[in-house]
Amino acid sequence: MARIDLELAHAYKPHPQRDEDYALLPLKMTFNDGGAYALLGPSGCGKTTLLNIVSGLVKPSQGGVKFDGADVTGRTPQQRNIAQVFQFPVIYDTMTVAENLAFPLRNRGVAADKIKQRVGKIAEMLELNGQLNMRSAGLAADAKQKISLGRGLVREDVSAVLFDEPLTVIDPHLKWQLRRKLKQIHQELKLTLIYVTHDQVEALTFAEQVVVMTRGRAVQIGSASALFEKPQHTFVGHFIGSPGMNFLAAQVNASGVSIAGKRVMEANLKLNGDDAITLGVRPEYVTLAAPETFGALPATVTQAQDIGTYWLITAHVGNGDGALIRARLNPEQNIPHVDEVVWLNIVGQHTCFYRNEELIA
Amino acid sequence: MKPVNQKAWLLILPVVLCVAFSAILPLMTVVNYSVQDIISPERRVFVGTEWFKAVMRDDDLQGALLRQMGFSISVLLVEIPLGIALALSMPAKGWKSSAVLVLVAISLLIPWNVVGTIWQIYGRTDIGLLGATLAKLGFEYSYTGNATHAWLTVLLMDVWHWTPLVALLCYAGLRAIPDAYYQAASIDGASKFAVFRYIQLPKLRGVLMIAVLLRFMDSFMIYTEPFVLTGGGPGNATTFLSQYLTQKAVGQFDLGPAAAFSLIYFLIILLLCFILYNWMQRVGTRDNSGGNHG
Repeated sequence: MARIDLELAHAYKPHPQRDEDYALLPLKMTFNDGGAYALLGPSGCGKTTLLNIVSGLVKPSQGGVKFDGADVTGRTPQQRNIAQVFQFPVIYDTMTVAENLAFPLRNRGVAADKIKQRVGKIAEMLELNGQLNMRSAGLAADAKQKISLGRGLVREDVSAVLFDEPLTVIDPHLKWQLRRKLKQIHQELKLTLIYVTHDQVEALTFAEQVVVMTRGRAVQIGSASALFEKPQHTFVGHFIGSPGMNFLAAQVNASGVSIAGKRVMEANLKLNGDDAITLGVRPEYVTLAAPETFGALPATVTQAQDIGTYWLITAHVGNGDGALIRARLNPEQNIPHVDEVVWLNIVGQHTCFYRNEELIA
Repeated sequence: MKPVNQKAWLLILPVVLCVAFSAILPLMTVVNYSVQDIISPERRVFVGTEWFKAVMRDDDLQGALLRQMGFSISVLLVEIPLGIALALSMPAKGWKSSAVLVLVAISLLIPWNVVGTIWQIYGRTDIGLLGATLAKLGFEYSYTGNATHAWLTVLLMDVWHWTPLVALLCYAGLRAIPDAYYQAASIDGASKFAVFRYIQLPKLRGVLMIAVLLRFMDSFMIYTEPFVLTGGGPGNATTFLSQYLTQKAVGQFDLGPAAAFSLIYFLIILLLCFILYNWMQRVGTRDNSGGNHG
């Protein structure tokens, strides 16, 4: 087990000039010993590259990786003592389930009785005991992926276990089970786990700390609630949440903050002087308001959907041609219907303000 | 009841005709010959299974069959491991891989009788590179005079000619293994041998099965190359089944025994391929029912 410090940048091209040439822009990051982390972001954001740099499959083109303060940049995954689980199950076809699980230990010359004990424990955790003597080639995809997970977890002394979207091939109902299993295993084994995914639910339920990435940049590292309440970057607001945060272009001047010519807020210490900013508010915090309430905007409803536990209202500021606002409304209140003009409260303690996509207040 | 459109039969007629003329009619002609003694075009006598019995008791044929078996087994034992080794050492990408692929494939493009001629010259002790070199080194090499030399030369020729086929098949099989397997193996701390034993070899199963069957069938029917190189000699040392059969049918015009033997030959290949295929299907696919794990 180890504390992992990263200070690096990576480009697959030889001479990167612009930001787009980098798979990973310069970043500095620490994964604490025994923590559960998730790297979350859309496809191509650099999260798998970052993971492969931690494991040693990819060497960063600038900077380096430290485990417990020791530079390991030039070392192989084996030397770093990393375990990694890939997106698609990798199993050794000709071996039984037990032999598959024992393989990483056997390669390291662990004693036979120790191997047996360890394999038994991991198999029990992953509920593979009944299949230990079966040939792994004939198993279903989820059982195969459990074997891959097991091979990742079987070594006690690993620096970290890395998961690269490991639940992609698993059926939804088994996903829940396996995710809970992983969380439970993390609590039992106290291993450092780093989990790459593009699924926010997966990331937020699994990890204590989530690293949100986009276009080669880690834009925010934080707990699920921090990502939800105070997105440091508009991308985080947009990517986390279902649906994502509402963003409205706003103008700051001496008298306060106004949207589409309507003043919604007083000026304060952080928001004064002439400035074009973006106001962000989560659909969960948008509420219906009485007409002409200060801090509310009139909007025309264009869609009202019943999502089961709540109603999702889509509205456009003004007569229906202004900025888009989504609101999650409790079904117990009066739900406005399409084409109705409603007043939506958008300013409150959960409202965030952004300049150049970065959080300012 | 659903109306059945009988016109569909017309559509398979071309195939039926092709197969009839290319396979069924010739085979039936052979069956016809095998049960008759043809003394002259006008005089033929039905002899039943007489030819089959005679052929089975023929010492020359038994000798040829043993030589053939020995040859095919040697071919497989040499070409399959060598082909795998070659494929493993070939570069995986870039211009080098294309260049190597072309080089390796060259011997496959040469007509079989030319292969025989090439080796005939290659093995000559006066002007051939191989023969002259061996002679210079003090070996009394002669593929025309020494049975062992002749046999080894034919084997070497086949290895030179056909190992590239095995190599190309294995190369294709190796390229189809996803990178994740190698990465996982490296993370699991697998040695190079373990990677070969537990990833590459199992993943090559399918192509190896094809390679073994192809090489077995082809080597079992080998004719042209040894015919050109040694003519079956010295003595009978390199007379394999096809050559024996041709001598009987065309050389001595013993159509009856030749036909009887053709059928036996056909059945031998069919049977051996069947056994080989079924055995390979089962290799490495059994559950481990033993109790010990870990």
